[in-house]
Amino acid sequence: MNKTEKTIHEILKGLKDDSTILVGGFGLCGIPEVAIEAICRSGAKNLTVVSNNCGVDDWGLGLLLANKQIKKMISSYVGENKIFEQQLLSGQLEVELTPQGTLAERIRAGGAGIPAFYTATGVGTPVAEGKPVKVYEGKDYIEERAIVGDFTFVKAWKADKLGNLVYRKTARNFNPIMATAGKITIAEVEEIVEVGELNPDEIHTPAVFVQHVILGDSSKKRIEKRTTRTEGVAG
Amino acid sequence: MTSAKDRIVKRAVQEIENGMNVNLGIGIPTLVANEIPSDYQVLLQSENGLLGIGPYPLETEIDPDLINAGKETVTTVAGASFFDSADSFAMIRGGHIDIAILGGMEVSEQGDLANWMIPGKMVKGMGGAMDLVQGAKRVIVVMEHVSKYGESKIKKTCTLPLTGQKVVHRLITELAVFDFTEQGMVLMEVAPHVTVAEIREKTEANFTLSENLKIVT
Repeated sequence: MNKTEKTIHEILKGLKDDSTILVGGFGLCGIPEVAIEAICRSGAKNLTVVSNNCGVDDWGLGLLLANKQIKKMISSYVGENKIFEQQLLSGQLEVELTPQGTLAERIRAGGAGIPAFYTATGVGTPVAEGKPVKVYEGKDYIEERAIVGDFTFVKAWKADKLGNLVYRKTARNFNPIMATAGKITIAEVEEIVEVGELNPDEIHTPAVFVQHVILGDSSKKRIEKRTTRTEGVAG
Repeated sequence: MTSAKDRIVKRAVQEIENGMNVNLGIGIPTLVANEIPSDYQVLLQSENGLLGIGPYPLETEIDPDLINAGKETVTTVAGASFFDSADSFAMIRGGHIDIAILGGMEVSEQGDLANWMIPGKMVKGMGGAMDLVQGAKRVIVVMEHVSKYGESKIKKTCTLPLTGQKVVHRLITELAVFDFTEQGMVLMEVAPHVTVAEIREKTEANFTLSENLKIVT
């Protein structure tokens, strides 16, 4: 089994209009840059995109927005993007704002075959509107539904040719849970190694969750907010 | 004369004890990190998947794969760990974070918090705030006492959409410290040179005075 044989363009022939796609990353950290550019070129439209954020105007998921390929975003925070605001106000774009922990749990549940769950997060807020409420030990909880994607695009650091994945630092974020919740999961990685080269104890995403591995381009990584200190100054 | 923000930060840091796991929100709460005593072993949690945030990096240490929840480049402290978003919110929702310090737009006398949306304005999202207010063991809100128009931000009932209902344990402003108890909102501390009468005048919410009312130190 070698999951590195198909190019992203071949894989994306299966991506239909109106699909739901899950895209890993937090801000611009740990996003599948090459795959997003390829989705842009694929022209698939009316996509429902599940991702914590929606990129910036000229990078990340912002590219799909600019190309008018997104019908709906399911996210926890979308504030870094002017095109997003324009499309939302003009009614071109729909958004479902979901608390970040609820978003993570909806994806985890989707990947684990759990259709819905109850959480206290969002009780008494606009998030609770229209959702069934249950009382456990005197406290209110709202029902939240699982999310499964037709395609999932994640970014990892290393993969072997079987699709075992290792992530790096905070570029991990939503990627491992999203990898479990895609009918087809594509992992974009910085390095592909032979089967057996990754230590089984250190694998974050087991190969069973991954259908395709493509090589990314680490020179494409961007920093959203470059903050530094000067020598000798702590904090 | 120190600024309102400085006073809030100086008071808020006193909530943090040695050994705690703490989540600091964006804005004023982030400034609290700089005031934590250097001999404390405190792990700062970042929702995107880091327990043990360090200072900003030197120019030579910048790593695009290492950011905080505000998307700023950071470093790690010794003992830090990385994890995915589900683990991150298991920490938060499962009651493993000792204190969350968040900014606020409005707090009600019932301990409701509104800090994520203003109707009619572009809504950016709640991020992890709704999870934090439900899940952290202790929720501390830090905000200026009145709005820039001079209006009390401490309301009888919040006018803005809520982040959480009856979730705030303690509110710290530049003028006062309030606790939210079974008996309602209680004034615990007043800032130096501030009178209870002045606080009453600037607070729409009803509150009682603690028997041990103190001056903020």
